[in-house]
Formats: sequence, structure tokens, C-alpha cells
Amino acid sequence: MTTTVRRLGLALAAATLLLAGCSGSGDSGETSDGPPQMEAATEVGEGEGELNLVAWAGYAEDGSNDPAIDWVTPFEQETGCQVNVKLGNTSDEMVQLMRTGQYDGVSASGDATLRLIYAGDVAPVNTDLTPNYATVVDFLKDKPWNSVDGQMYGVPHGWGANLLMYNVDAVTPAPDSWGAVFPGAPEFQGKITAYDSPIYIADAALYLSKTQPDLGIKDPYSLTAEQLDAAAELLKQQKENIGEYWSDYTKEVQAFESGSTVIGTSWQVIANTIEADAKVKIATVLPKEGSTGWSDTWMLSSKAAHPNCMYKWMDYIVSPTANAQVAEYFGEAPSQTKSCALTADKQHCATYHADDAEYAAQIHYWTTPQTKCVDGSGDNCTSYDEWVNKWQEIKG
Amino acid sequence: MPSAPTQPPAPRMREKAALAFLLVPPLAWLIIAYLGSLAVLMVSAFWTTNSFTGAVVHKFTTANLVRVLTDDVFRAVTIRTVGVAAAVTILCAVLAVPLALFMAKFASPALRIVLVVAVTTPLWASYLVKAYAWRMLLSPEGPLSWATGYTPGYGLVATVLTLTYLWLPYMVIPVFAAFQRVPDALVDASSDLGASDLNTLRLIVAPMIFPGIAAGSIFTFSLSLGDYIAVTIVGGKTQMLGNVIYGQLVTANNQPMAAALSLIPLLAIVLYLLAMRRAGALENV
Repeated sequence: MTTTVRRLGLALAAATLLLAGCSGSGDSGETSDGPPQMEAATEVGEGEGELNLVAWAGYAEDGSNDPAIDWVTPFEQETGCQVNVKLGNTSDEMVQLMRTGQYDGVSASGDATLRLIYAGDVAPVNTDLTPNYATVVDFLKDKPWNSVDGQMYGVPHGWGANLLMYNVDAVTPAPDSWGAVFPGAPEFQGKITAYDSPIYIADAALYLSKTQPDLGIKDPYSLTAEQLDAAAELLKQQKENIGEYWSDYTKEVQAFESGSTVIGTSWQVIANTIEADAKVKIATVLPKEGSTGWSDTWMLSSKAAHPNCMYKWMDYIVSPTANAQVAEYFGEAPSQTKSCALTADKQHCATYHADDAEYAAQIHYWTTPQTKCVDGSGDNCTSYDEWVNKWQEIKG
Repeated sequence: MPSAPTQPPAPRMREKAALAFLLVPPLAWLIIAYLGSLAVLMVSAFWTTNSFTGAVVHKFTTANLVRVLTDDVFRAVTIRTVGVAAAVTILCAVLAVPLALFMAKFASPALRIVLVVAVTTPLWASYLVKAYAWRMLLSPEGPLSWATGYTPGYGLVATVLTLTYLWLPYMVIPVFAAFQRVPDALVDASSDLGASDLNTLRLIVAPMIFPGIAAGSIFTFSLSLGDYIAVTIVGGKTQMLGNVIYGQLVTANNQPMAAALSLIPLLAIVLYLLAMRRAGALENV
């Protein structure tokens, strides 16, 4: 009897090894010069009835957070595509989710887009099939973070800056510099927060580029090893005064509302949520050093099960009305030029400099650091995996 | 007298089929889903990634293992994680032994049922709900600070408290079962022979419940070692091994490095089990 069992076990183990071997030989992962060859669609057919999205919080609201904030339901009624949204907390998480192949599209920031394009996770997009793309503001078209050789890989969603948020009662006078969370941090010992992602190193680098010019930092995503060390040093000093890091936006909302955090980096949508709850008084400011920020693109998965619904969504989300709603709710500049006439606050586009190409050029958009410096200054920069290791070292 | 036939009766086909039917599903599960995925994990620890796209490159390298063993950050995090797991285990044992003793030997049958239900009730609620409840409880303006004027705040202490709360039932139940198996007659005999209560507890009862504590401690130790969610909710700015592995897997998209790091808790558990076996705790559990 025991031999039977043993033989059975051996057979199963052999089968397992065979399986493991097979699953291991799929992708080669070698560096290639360009993204994998794929053809963009030439027509959009009937919707498939469903659409699975990976999105930033506040990008695909269906009224479940606030009944008045809803642009998903009209889309569902119009197209018959039932929308399911999975929130991504960081760009890295979004890349990971897209690699599962279970989603049709993603609202990717500049630090995710190229990784997705070059790994073949997203497909080229034929912008002739999304009529609203024609009136998208020109300075967001054919950019290095959303296209390769003139081929767009999605439609621009909107853009904005990371902000400094603070509790009005606890932080006086009102801060106007990122210095409040770097050298000024000890004043708020244990009540400071920061974004829990390696990309936050760029915030420290940006501050250093203004306050320590002799380090020679020109672009916060193009750091040499010494510059990365200097930024990490600043963040280690900051860590002494950090209460907790946030990446889940509900956690930052709760931390500010309970008073355990009084100052730190934030997004406008978080400030809006806290203001709507009205438990504490907070304010946001774009500090004088400028800021890091995002410029997002809706991209189509190369393995999309519902590509027609995704094309319809890409056209819908940059339509004047929907783009105005999402931009105003999230607190960012819309990509659609016609949206500016439709925002509830007529000053919205002026406040966020929506059609101001020069202002847009001053925000340091999230982008994936590479050995070949992203600002074109050479090839001695630190890559994203070095940033990740640095970030783990900072957190200790 | 004629000798009985020496050949044992050949097992019938039907019995064999029944045996295979019973054994194949659990064995297949154990070998394919469990040992198989462990094997894949170990193999992928020796691969590397394309640093830009994060795609896995199947080229043999020991660089990941070398880094796991030499990196200061990983060492500090490992020590912290094992420390937290040990602290949670000790706290659980300290809380569970008197509670289980009372439940098994002193409580009336009705009260015993009430207590068993009370101990296991928290298992009915979601992990996240309980962790967030502790987040509220420990917040600077939360109930604890309101009632006592003190709160440890978010950090390692909060993490140990939360994990102790989460895993306590896994310690209480095996210890309770061990106490129930101690015959009252043994305790009576010990005191008849003149041993003090303390001596009876130390010399008679303790060796008998040790396997129960050991069984419980395997749960509390391994569950704490792998936990990375409670620490993000109540841990403030600290990170544990699970967070570093998660960071390498999801943030850095470096699957081979994450696999190499996963070998640490695996090794810790194996060592713990061996130590427990040596102490004789795994017999008669």
C-alpha cells in the first residue's frame, strides 16, 4: 500500500515539475529597442456589455461616494457597458494589476505608461475612433509619456500638481514651501505624512534643486547616485518626524480627520473629501518651489476582453461634459479644451491653468527614472529599481 | 495440524480504487498547489529582471540571495519581524494559559460554553474590520486615550497589540484542549502526596499542556511572521518583512527578489518547527 502511495506521489511531483517548467518558459523578457509590434483597431463595434477599469480614486465615480458625483452611470446607460472599477493606490500597483490581463483599461500616470507600453501590456490606440480626441489640448498630444514614434497609446485624461495639505488650526502661519515638511518637520513631530512610494523621492529632489543649487539637480527624475543619496538623506531626516506614510487615500483622510496627521503631501481629491466631511479645517497650497505632478492617460489593455467598451469609454471620458466633471471633482486641469466652458466653477480652468502650456511645462510630471537620464542629460542616472531599494532603505 | 495458508489475501481491486479515490485529491492538492508553488518560488529566486519594464529574465544568478543575506535593511527588518512574532507569541501564551485553565477546570459547564464562544467570536469578524477597530481605538483622540489619557500611538507596540488580539483564539483553543486532557485524579493524587498547588502546576500540569502551547505558538508565530496588513494600518512608519516583500513584488515589480526574500520567513518557520520537535512538543499533539 505504501508503495502505491509513494508511486502516486512521484507521478504527481513529476507532473508538477513539468507544469513549472512550462509556465517558466513563456516570456523572454530581453531588452528590445521598441515596444512589441501591435496593430491599432480600425473600427469600434458593438459594446460587449462590460468594462473593467483600473483607475485612480476619483476618476470613475458612479455616485456611490457622493450621489451628486456620477459620470459612470450616464456612460452605462448610453453604451450598455457595465463598468467595474478597481482603484489603484500607486502607479506600481496599477502596472501590477494590468499585468494580470484581467482589466480592459487603466488611467496611467507618466511613471507607469512607458513601462506598460514597452512590456506590451497596453495596445496602440487609433485616436480617429475617439472623436473627442480632436479637441484635446495640443500640448498633451504625442508626448514622450503617451506615445512612441508618433503612435498614441491612449487618450490624455488631465493633469495636475501634488499639493501640500495642512490642518489650518494646527499649522500657523500658513506654509508656502515644501520646507515645512523637510527642515521644518521637527515643529510637527510625529504629525507629518508622506506618500508611500519610491516616486516620492522626486519631491525631496525637487526641494533640493531649489535650496541646494550646488548639488546640480536639474530634473527630479534624473538623479545621479550622489544626488539620489542627498535626496534619501533628506527623507531619512524627515522620517524622524513622520507619523505614518500613506498610499491608500482613505487612510490619509482618516489620519487628517482624527488629528494624528496635520501636514503632508496630498491630492486635491483628498482635500475635497475631507472638506465634504467637515470634521477638521484643512487647506492646500502649491508651494513656491513648484511641485511634482501627474499627466494621466487612459490606455487600452493589449489583452482587453471588452475593447469596444474601452474605446467608447476613452471617447466618453474626454468628452466635454464628462471631462469637466472629473477634472473638477479630482481637482486637476481637464485635457478637453471644450470642458472649460462646462465646469460648475467658471474659474476652474484658470485656477488650474488648463490651457497654459508654459505653466504645464513647469510641473515635474511623474515619470519612470531610467539609467538613460529622462531629461536627456546623459546616461549616468539612477534607475527606478535603485529608487525602490533607496526607498526601502529610507523606511528602514 | 495443517498450517494456515501463508499467502496474505490479495487486496481487491475495489479496495485499491477506493484508496486512490480517497488519497488523490488531498495528495494532488498538497503536491501541486503547495509544494509545487514552493518549488516555483525557490527557482524564481535565482532569476533576474529587466530593470526598465520589470519583466522576469530567466538567467541564473545568485545575486538576489547574496543581497538578502548581506543587506543591512533586510537584516534589520528580519530581526524586527521575528521580534514582533516572538512578542506576540509570548503575550498570547501569557494571556491564554490562565484563561484556558479557568475554562477547563473551574468554570461550570454552562459558563465554559459561553467562554469558548466568547473566545472564538472575534474569528467571525473580518480581519480588516478588527485591524481598523484597533486603529480607531489607539488614535490620539480615540477611546483609549480618552479613558486613560495614554495611547501608545501607531507603531511597533500598536502592531504587537493588534496581532496579539487577532491571533489569541488560535492559542486559547489548543491550550484549553490540553488542560481538558489533564485528569483531575492526577491533580488530586499530587496534592494527596503532599505537593503544593504550585508544585502540582509546575511538575504535573505544565509538562502536559506544553504541547498545547507549542501548537498554539506555531499558529501565532507563523501568522505574525507573514503579516503585512496590520502593520500598514496601525504600524505608523514601521515596516515588516511582508511589506518589504510586497514592496519588491508590487512596487519594484522585482519578482525574483521578492521570491528570495520569501525564503527568510520560510526558513524561520522551518527552524521554529525543528526547535519545537526537539523540545518534544510535536508528539501527542
